Amino acid sequence: MNIVITDKDMKQINFCLNKMLSLSMAHSVLLIDRSGQLIAHHGNTTDLDILSLSALTAANFGATAEIARMLGEEEFTLLFHKGKNENVYFSAVGEHVIMVTLFNDKTSLGLIRLQIDKIIDELSTILLSIFEKGRSRQNDPIRPS
Amino acid sequence: MPFINFSKDEIQCKIVYYGAGFCGKTTNLQYIYTQTMEDIKGKMVSIDTKGDRTLFFDFLSLSLGKIRGFDIRVQLYTVPGQVHYDATRKLVLKGVDGVVFVADSLKVQRKKNIESLINLAKNLAEKGISIRSIPLVIQYNKRDLDGTDSEILPMDILEKDLNSMLKVPSFNASALKGNGIFETLREITKLVVKDVSRKIMLLDKQLR
Repeated sequence: MNIVITDKDMKQINFCLNKMLSLSMAHSVLLIDRSGQLIAHHGNTTDLDILSLSALTAANFGATAEIARMLGEEEFTLLFHKGKNENVYFSAVGEHVIMVTLFNDKTSLGLIRLQIDKIIDELSTILLSIFEKGRSRQNDPIRPS
Repeated sequence: MPFINFSKDEIQCKIVYYGAGFCGKTTNLQYIYTQTMEDIKGKMVSIDTKGDRTLFFDFLSLSLGKIRGFDIRVQLYTVPGQVHYDATRKLVLKGVDGVVFVADSLKVQRKKNIESLINLAKNLAEKGISIRSIPLVIQYNKRDLDGTDSEILPMDILEKDLNSMLKVPSFNASALKGNGIFETLREITKLVVKDVSRKIMLLDKQLR
């Protein structure tokens, strides 16, 4: 399966991420797929090693999903790590994607959760169509995956 | 599962170094990391135990220039080699585009190499990928031990054990000294990119 992101897809994703950042007052947001590939990022990410962060996040999420299965859950759909200054909120967006929200004490966990909940449905629809396109291409005999 | 981003003209691919415990997967990545220029590599991330065994994975991101106007970025991963870390190996294999199978040339590791290759085939099959169709390169590591007290397997035995059915490109290497490391990386990248670029040529017409 090839995941192809077009200009139009990226504009829609960027619109959602921008909206989420401005409403939640988080300082950065990353969208990654569950194999660790970075799809998009927004906000103050210049000082961050976002590629390593993506790989580690996917691994972290995958490992936690295994813990969930051991406990009889399908998966944990969100994870939260609290630090002294920085906090990270990981949320599953559909079946394939994870949203990583980074924020500090300028905002609150409640506001972050509220805005993430609002944006997740919108993002899920966009991403589902991208992944569905990839799946239908896989079935195309001219382009074996 | 390569990510083809037409918005940024970028392709991201995932290559996994697979093999039995202590065969030299992490040493491969460490050598690549130390020998590549700062501007094309990211940080190397390792999650290991105090005994130098990989607990989860190693990760290194490299930017490999342009093909048909697309920036090619490869993410290199290793897996933990020990038998009981199979769940972790399955996690790391998620979305893999190409595999380097690192075989240990030591005679005592012969059985473990075969077991690890079978394990790779099984774990790929669980993801619906055939070991015969995925871009794959075999590396026979620790060839620098030839002529020392450590007994190593001759090349024809290793080829017969691991590559008689697959018939994929194979390389002699010493991850510690660096021989064959970039040859392996070049070959697997070539295979992966060739696979992806064939698809891009078709998609390009469709989407632009």
